[in-house]
Amino acid sequence: MTAYLASLLVFAGINALLALGLNVVWGLGGMINLGLAGFFALGAYASALLSLRLGWPMPLAGLAAVAVAAAAGTVLAAVTARLKGDYLALVTLGFAQVMQLVAANERWLTNGTDGISGVPGPWRSALSPMQFDLLCMALCWGLVVVCWAGLARLGSSPFARVLRAIREDEMVAEVAGKPVLWFKIRAFALGAGVSGLAGSVYVHFNGYVAPDSLDVLLTLNVVLALTLGGTGRMAGAVVGALLLEALTEGTRFMGGVLPALSPVQVASLREAVIGVVLILVLRLRPQGVLPETSRILDLEADDDERSRIAVPGRTLRGA
Amino acid sequence: MEGAVLAVPAIGFNAVYAVLRFANFAVASIATVGAFAGWVANTALGWPVAPSLLAAFVVAGVVGVVTDEVALRPLRPSGALTTAIASVALAIILENAIRFGFGNDPRGYDVAVYRDWRGFGLHVGPQQVRDAGAAMVAMAALFGFLAFTRAGKTMRAVADNPMLASLKGIDAVRIAQIASFIGLGLTGFGGMLIALDTQVDPLTGFRVLLSVFAAAVLGGLGSIPGAVAGAFLIGIGQEMSLLVLPATYRGAVGFLAILLMLSFRPTGLLGQRAS
Repeated sequence: MTAYLASLLVFAGINALLALGLNVVWGLGGMINLGLAGFFALGAYASALLSLRLGWPMPLAGLAAVAVAAAAGTVLAAVTARLKGDYLALVTLGFAQVMQLVAANERWLTNGTDGISGVPGPWRSALSPMQFDLLCMALCWGLVVVCWAGLARLGSSPFARVLRAIREDEMVAEVAGKPVLWFKIRAFALGAGVSGLAGSVYVHFNGYVAPDSLDVLLTLNVVLALTLGGTGRMAGAVVGALLLEALTEGTRFMGGVLPALSPVQVASLREAVIGVVLILVLRLRPQGVLPETSRILDLEADDDERSRIAVPGRTLRGA
Repeated sequence: MEGAVLAVPAIGFNAVYAVLRFANFAVASIATVGAFAGWVANTALGWPVAPSLLAAFVVAGVVGVVTDEVALRPLRPSGALTTAIASVALAIILENAIRFGFGNDPRGYDVAVYRDWRGFGLHVGPQQVRDAGAAMVAMAALFGFLAFTRAGKTMRAVADNPMLASLKGIDAVRIAQIASFIGLGLTGFGGMLIALDTQVDPLTGFRVLLSVFAAAVLGGLGSIPGAVAGAFLIGIGQEMSLLVLPATYRGAVGFLAILLMLSFRPTGLLGQRAS
């Protein structure tokens, strides 16, 4: 039971890292990133291959995973940062799908759909499985706390204030003399880097990575976690990840309650629940459990709304 | 050939975008719904392909409109991006509803298999020709609808200028429903055409999602002629890519095309709205 709880908390921690990464891009910068799974995959594969094939120590492989994912984020952001929401959603989702295709097809590098197994974990051979799970839990949450503290600090910095201004009204931020594109690229790279770190943690804990665990559902889980917790606040990302884990584990017991269903049916119900909950949260409590305090106006204010003049309280605070 | 088949769901996606102004990711699963509806009509009821395609259109359209009303419409005031994210969730729900009912096993239609026609050093599959023909018929029907019927004209009016249309007394909600029915119905029709060439399983639609988006973006989001042009270009690009890339990367061609297009002409070939 302890080992089970520990492994649950590791997965919750991985989701928390991903949600923190998404929060920088989406929560602060207002850019949707449906390509999380792609950055996660880059991080996981980079870390796995470097530690397994080249024998790099895990911390170094993890740093490399962050660097690779951040580099990919920079390139993707440079191409897409000028696009508005819909296009960005399309392109980032496409990026994740291409990463999955590459992972499934470049057999010489990724071993194709069979995936890579036997990835080293911290002191895996010296510890009992339970000790290993507990150690990973501690390490993973240590990383979560470090990222959380760092990003929360960043969240109150001038950098984040400009990002929020860009989110609220890009044109005003531009007029105020902020290099909007440059801010967006940095936010995107940072978010991608944290997602890459999550991938690295995942692969060293799990010992195995395969393309089919990197699909759009992973991204959707994180979007749900962040929406549940509250976009814009780093604590929201962490709380949301814990809530999400409770939700997905809660539905695991559906198979016991409904014994007439086949395993495939139970699995499909569990996936569907994620979708239903996301839609309900968006509808009933879009600001999440921990709403951003300085939030002023709807994030997705469209053009008609933007042209409306003098919305009360809608000022360029902090830009 | 492939371009023609791809054009049908791409048109569906763009028709919804033009009127409702959000990227409806649920098209991935709606295409699968169409493929399964056609499969049930074809194998369980024993219908030939043509009426099965019609069943795919109607069932996908109805499922599309109903799920849109229940899940997405209440979210539209929250903005296009929120609705788009919810539509990803809807896609997952529909995919799993299908999986719940039909399982993961791939299925095929009950159709005769013909030998390829050969000539001038080319191989042409009669099935592909027939599928392309069906796609052409669907497109012609849509263009006829948009050009000559009152509902079609109002739909174009709403797409063109929603405020002016509402001043003229056009009921935007009803037009949105019609657009959803036709757009998502076409997506289902296209889903069955794709499945005829490949297989029917809960991920049939997701597999071509990237190509469909690529066609829609390449042509210009919201532009129906653009979707056709984009789909043909993507279809040709995917075939040409076989010369340099393994066949499994066909989907990636679309992504590259999107990136190039957005870098140089973000509005797409025939679109107006972009960044």
